[in-house]
Amino acid sequence: MAADLQPKASSSTSTYAGLGIPLILPAWAIIGFFLVLPVMMMLIYSFLTKEFRGGVIWEFSLAAYDQFFFDRGLFGDELPKIEWTYITIFWRSIWQAAAATLLCLVIGFPTAWFIATRTARNRSIWLFLVTIPYWVNLLIRTISMKFLIRDNGPMNELLMASGLISEPIHIINTNLAVQLGLFYSYLPFMVLPIYAAVERYNFALSEAAADLYASRTITLTQIILPTIKPGIIAGCILVFVPSLGAFLAPDLLGGAKNFMIGSLIEEQFKGAAGNWPFGAAASMILLSLVLLVLTLYARQQTREQG
Amino acid sequence: MADQNNIAVDIRNVTKMYGAFSALEKVNLDIRDNEFFTLLGPSGCGKTTLLRTIAGFEDITQGEIVLYGQNIANLLPNERPVNTVFQQYALFPHMNVTQNVMFGLLRLGQDKTSAKFRVAEVLELVQLTKFADRMPNQLSGGQQQRVALARALAPSPKVLLLDEPLSALDLKLRQAVRLELQQIQHQTGITFVFVTHDQEEALTMSDRIAVIKGGQVQQVGSAQEVYEAPKNKFVADFIGETNLLDVRVTDLHDGKGSCILPGGVQITCPAADGAHPGPGHLSVRPERIAITSPNEGLVQGKVKRHIYLGTDMHVEVTLMDSETVTVRMQNSSQIQIPEAGQTIGLEFEADAARLLVD
Repeated sequence: MAADLQPKASSSTSTYAGLGIPLILPAWAIIGFFLVLPVMMMLIYSFLTKEFRGGVIWEFSLAAYDQFFFDRGLFGDELPKIEWTYITIFWRSIWQAAAATLLCLVIGFPTAWFIATRTARNRSIWLFLVTIPYWVNLLIRTISMKFLIRDNGPMNELLMASGLISEPIHIINTNLAVQLGLFYSYLPFMVLPIYAAVERYNFALSEAAADLYASRTITLTQIILPTIKPGIIAGCILVFVPSLGAFLAPDLLGGAKNFMIGSLIEEQFKGAAGNWPFGAAASMILLSLVLLVLTLYARQQTREQG
Repeated sequence: MADQNNIAVDIRNVTKMYGAFSALEKVNLDIRDNEFFTLLGPSGCGKTTLLRTIAGFEDITQGEIVLYGQNIANLLPNERPVNTVFQQYALFPHMNVTQNVMFGLLRLGQDKTSAKFRVAEVLELVQLTKFADRMPNQLSGGQQQRVALARALAPSPKVLLLDEPLSALDLKLRQAVRLELQQIQHQTGITFVFVTHDQEEALTMSDRIAVIKGGQVQQVGSAQEVYEAPKNKFVADFIGETNLLDVRVTDLHDGKGSCILPGGVQITCPAADGAHPGPGHLSVRPERIAITSPNEGLVQGKVKRHIYLGTDMHVEVTLMDSETVTVRMQNSSQIQIPEAGQTIGLEFEADAARLLVD
């Protein structure tokens, strides 16, 4: 009987495959026009010469990349030294994004677990609550955060009134403030994929582990975490990648000393002081970094499954 | 009462409440050492709940669960020396067959070398040696079922709990696995507690069966006992098929009862405990009834229709008082089956019938 069904099944698959091409065309067109084309433009611009009032001159140049990595003195005639300014900004961005990801994971995992283990009705209520802040623009939310955490803001006033502290805690314009901003902006991106994974988790597996003499810790680390790992990784990527390029939180909460890549790039395209090729080059370096991380992850995944 | 040393699981007065609903009501059971013991009942009767209280996945509201002399009712599942074969197998999807089977052994502190040896042994027992490196999603349902069995057997539990392990398999496979399970039980000498709603499964595999309904044990006994000497109407009806005739009980003595059949004939037959004079039920199995000529036999009726069953034939007969009786006949060219509409007599030995209470 299985043999009878085989050709039928495959022929119906090919019918759908034929239908797929026209159906997928709009998606390809949009991705091509709004994603691939801008990235290509960015790549080309990063190899052009800068125009002083913004914009570019169509002349090939490696100046943007050179400026990013090397210091040739004020007049560009000295022996090249490594330029640490931008590398430092990149490094700060990477660890800020990594820390935000970790913080989101530590808070987001229990939250997602809690939601996924409620009854079906309560689950949708909790999910709705998690997404509510997204109805407000990110800029507004970040500015509100600034008011909440400033030296004489409600947070410090509450802590001082309760007698826990005698002087306000200075958070605004520090790395910690940026961290809080990133955490707050991207937490739902951690909660939602982990929620989806936990919701699919078969709790009979936990019973089976307990039945086979596993403690709760062993059950968590050897059964639950490996099973929902795809959700955790998805959450981490969804928080890490946008955190790396974020500019609102570092701009508004971090001040000038806590610059991140996003702000650096933003500066290059804003106003007359901008340097388009340099901004494009920084973007390309950021993009390469993200792709590198994702490729390493993908390769490790295939190795594990192979 | 069986010898106390012989008892594997002693369930004493176990009650399990979910709010106001009692899933188990004062259940008492002695499961003997080295026994294939089956909990049988319709869905929702509490049989799976009872199994889960032994495993420790459900705590009990009242009572004791004594495993080889030790009360385990307050222990966590991972502290109880029992293992479970789950209904949907619950294999760890990210581990291959060997890792699945080895999991319990490593938790018990066995070193990897001896654990590997034991895994090979158990995989041999369930004939899965070739599949040791496969992932669960690369196995068929029957193979997954064997992995689940191997995983639960590997730590050599004192009692193996099986929660409807065959229900996800198709019929042919189910029949083959039944025999295999029985064989493995004999080979290992482990006490099996097996949950099923399938009476045929229960009858063919078990040393003893506990029939459960509404959270209460109705009867405990061997397959033959529960089939041939059911304690009440529910057991008679649930195990196999039976005809329940409305009769008038006139006299009871020494486990026998006299009753008047529809049509007026009086017989004396075995009676279950609790039978009392007055209206009662007489249970007669379809295969114990024979068809005779009209005006012969114990009751008279008219053939309503035939139901074809392959090896057998069911003949439905309407009695004078419009009750329907089913007669099971062998499907053979030697035996003549009466036509629908024909008037016939029905005959059975009095010892094959049984007076029951509700």
